[in-house]
Amino acid sequence: MKRRDFIRKTLPALTLPVVLPSLVHGMSFRAWAGSPLLGSAARGLGEGRVVVLIQLNGGNDGLNTVIPLGSYDAYHAARANIAIPENKILRLKGFDQTGLNPAMPEMQWLFEAGKLAIIQSVSYPQPNFSHFRATDIWLTGADAGQILSTGWAGRYLDERYPQFPRNYPNPDMPDPLAIQVGSLVSPALQGPGLTMGMAISNPNSFYDLINDKSEPVADSRSGDQLAYIREMAVKTDQYAGVIKAAAQKVTKQSDCYPAANKNPLADQLKIVARLVAGGLRTQFYLVSMGGFDTHARQVEPTDPTTGAHARLLAKLSEAINAFQDDLTLLGVGDRVMGMTFSEFGRRIQSNASGGTDHGAAAPVFVFGEKVQGGVIGQNPSWPDKLTVNDNIAMQYDFRSVYNTLLESWFLSDATTAETALLKKYPSLALIQQHA
Amino acid sequence: MPNPTSITSGIRRFKGPWNETTAAHLLRRTMFGVKRSDLAYFLKKSPKKAVRELVYASDPIPSAPINNYNDDKYTDPEIAAGDDWTMSLKYDGMNNGRRKNSFKSWWLGLMINQNRSLREKMLLFWHNHFVTETNTVDNALFCYKYNTLLREHALGNFRELVKAMTTEPAMLRYLNGYANSKKAPDENYGRELQELFTVGKGPGSHYTESDVKAAARVLTGYTVNYKTYTSSFDPNRHDEGDKQFSAFYGNTVIKGIKGKDAVAELDQMLDMIFAREEVSLFLCRKLYRFFVYHTIDDETEQQVIQPLAKLFRKKDYAIQPVLEELLCSRHFFDPANNGSMIKSPVDFTVGLCREFDVAFPDAAEYADLYGFWEQVRNQAAGLQQNIGDPPNVAGWQAYYQLPEYDKLWISSDTLPKRNVFSDRMINGGLGRNGKKVVIDPVAFAAGLPEPGDPDRLIADSVHALYSVELPMEELQFIKTNILLSGLVGMASDHYWTNAWKAYQRIGSSGSSEKVPLDPKHPMSALRANDPAVRFEPDDKTAKNTVTNKLKALYRHLMDMPEYQLM
Repeated sequence: MKRRDFIRKTLPALTLPVVLPSLVHGMSFRAWAGSPLLGSAARGLGEGRVVVLIQLNGGNDGLNTVIPLGSYDAYHAARANIAIPENKILRLKGFDQTGLNPAMPEMQWLFEAGKLAIIQSVSYPQPNFSHFRATDIWLTGADAGQILSTGWAGRYLDERYPQFPRNYPNPDMPDPLAIQVGSLVSPALQGPGLTMGMAISNPNSFYDLINDKSEPVADSRSGDQLAYIREMAVKTDQYAGVIKAAAQKVTKQSDCYPAANKNPLADQLKIVARLVAGGLRTQFYLVSMGGFDTHARQVEPTDPTTGAHARLLAKLSEAINAFQDDLTLLGVGDRVMGMTFSEFGRRIQSNASGGTDHGAAAPVFVFGEKVQGGVIGQNPSWPDKLTVNDNIAMQYDFRSVYNTLLESWFLSDATTAETALLKKYPSLALIQQHA
Repeated sequence: MPNPTSITSGIRRFKGPWNETTAAHLLRRTMFGVKRSDLAYFLKKSPKKAVRELVYASDPIPSAPINNYNDDKYTDPEIAAGDDWTMSLKYDGMNNGRRKNSFKSWWLGLMINQNRSLREKMLLFWHNHFVTETNTVDNALFCYKYNTLLREHALGNFRELVKAMTTEPAMLRYLNGYANSKKAPDENYGRELQELFTVGKGPGSHYTESDVKAAARVLTGYTVNYKTYTSSFDPNRHDEGDKQFSAFYGNTVIKGIKGKDAVAELDQMLDMIFAREEVSLFLCRKLYRFFVYHTIDDETEQQVIQPLAKLFRKKDYAIQPVLEELLCSRHFFDPANNGSMIKSPVDFTVGLCREFDVAFPDAAEYADLYGFWEQVRNQAAGLQQNIGDPPNVAGWQAYYQLPEYDKLWISSDTLPKRNVFSDRMINGGLGRNGKKVVIDPVAFAAGLPEPGDPDRLIADSVHALYSVELPMEELQFIKTNILLSGLVGMASDHYWTNAWKAYQRIGSSGSSEKVPLDPKHPMSALRANDPAVRFEPDDKTAKNTVTNKLKALYRHLMDMPEYQLM
């Protein structure tokens, strides 16, 4: 069977108005995976595997992150005031039609090393342009018109660990099911009743915990009471002990991390790497960084390779690279799969203030030692007569990415994945087949 | 080095500032939780007037508990459903337990629905002082009468309260006074009268074992009548001999009296006891620990306790002047006392219901109403404060046990339970017969001055719910992570503002409208074509967004350790 035939045969599962991935723009792409070999027979192999979700808050400008080199003129015409000069765009080995923002040299290395997959134009039908609503959609795994009170990962964990938190922790699952680092527990982890996750909301509190330090309080009557309650809260936390023990098993981490407080995402991922290497069987880690709502001056007018968006991408790239290096150093790289996402991409056309407004589809990065590296999908394209309201069309439903992580990485059975995602979604070929 | 927890401001009158912080401090300590409407009411007064109103409020005695307890297994043949059962003098194995339960739930309801008065809080103080246990007394009417006695005297005269309590049936039952006779003296009440109720065990108290025996003899002859459910004095059971007290009481001898007039011996003994300065000191220390802070250092003893005790004696043990003096003092309002106490379980549970103005069923649906009061009461009991049933005659440990005091309320068992309760009250709420008692986070936010401004919303919510400040970075963290879904920067604030406006318009017009961009936003002109602006949230989405964020906000604020302070 020819590859193209395979795609056409499997596509009907995706009942969405997408342009068929094709070779029109010379882009390479991957078939939907859906390999029957990765069924229940493989269950158990997925034990110990971890998914790290990196949320980019504000709506990342995908078009200036993953740049359509193959149609550079159209790209430049749509956003001349913020377009990255062609000769500055970072090339992707083996995929000459697509490039990366020059702020992300580390992502280029990872791609070259086969540890990075780029999925083009990920979204959902009738995309929503409100931050809050779009964020809810991504975190709950809802359709555009559907309001869900549970999160997609929460539903998976509820299926995987029934009756949580009753009888947890236990010898089979002594660790937190999911850990949010750097903010409050994400709605993505909300189960039918309670949240399935816990939060290390402040990286400093993590180091306080493992170093037996407590948050300083005022030397006062209320400070004395507060210190006592906090101490009791730590004692009460059924997972404080396992987190501390796991962290203490790791004494050396990668030198690639920037100094503390320079790159909040790197600080968060450093904790994740330490806990994974320390042996926690936690399945999901969620981290995030903000600032992507770049309505104005996302690049410096004099040099579009610099400015606010470049700084964000540089931090993202630096953090992911340090994390990946650390995981390899700690010998757990083969257990971890990372994914970036944002509530939406931004408009194709830039605005007059050197920024971009809320848009639709955008690329997703998936990274890890066991990732099937490459670019999935084609460069986004748009009509010649572009208007300010035109948006990048979806090629892949975000829940297909989730489904891939559940079915091909966690090796959960199709029923569990369908329960978590509420529908059947095709998997993508993101994971190495022998992984 | 000076002790950082020491406060040097004395009993002199507090002159202000009178603002939300100081007014809320007063209300938190004198009522259960701070209702927004109560705060607004008292802010219009001076601190002195506010304190006087709380202390001298004319608070009518509430209507009695009713039959809420008919069920599948039992219908009260005498008292109709919804009627006052305290008129009944018939008790049996079927109605007593149900009425005890009714009584305790009713009491909890009175706390939730308290008037602008210090009385209900003082009632808890006195209950903890003159302990009886419903389980031990084991008669619903006795318990109700005891509770009513406390309510009537809560802000009256301490000496009179001691006298009335001494012959109160519930107390006679609880400390075996009913069994104390000439032939078989029972020292229980005679001991606690001194050790726990009047002179105490402080440094200035030196009563002796012979004083315990002498007091017990004075108290012989009181009995409980199970037909009328009253107490009476039986001269035949009274010890008519003279009672010799120790040097601590000036070697007083109470002459034995014969016949009915022997009840005068009690008055003489109380005169003797109340002549000891230690009574006033003991009670003022206990009031201080209940209303201000658990530890009394030398400074506080001299600057606060001693002047208060002197006033107490001068006013012949009238309670109101002492409370007014304490609550009007600079010491009480010293900022160092904000958040210096850990909420008792009753403060925590009842306070939560009151400060969020949680709606309960109407009085007409009394069975459900009592049922919900019972649920709140059971929550407080699970947190180790079961009203009506303190652990023993000394009261709840947290009010007296050195050195932990109120820290004893918080344990590895009770702290998670507190979080589970507040989570539940904002998530699903309490349920009964398809009805719900649940926090309405949107209504609460709407009652704040500027809920559309995310900084103000958070700051005002924190002020409304906390007795301490939160650091700026914590407020920012809450804004970014809860209200703004991770969006950062000042320019992101309008996303919350617009969400709030969208919700409000639905609320007022019944349908959604296009939400204009905040004109102050720098991008407003440029973004006229932005689908984000064109986006018209349907009713469900707009309500869902605002409700979820506010739920998360208040859930988070109540989960933080700061919420446990008052």
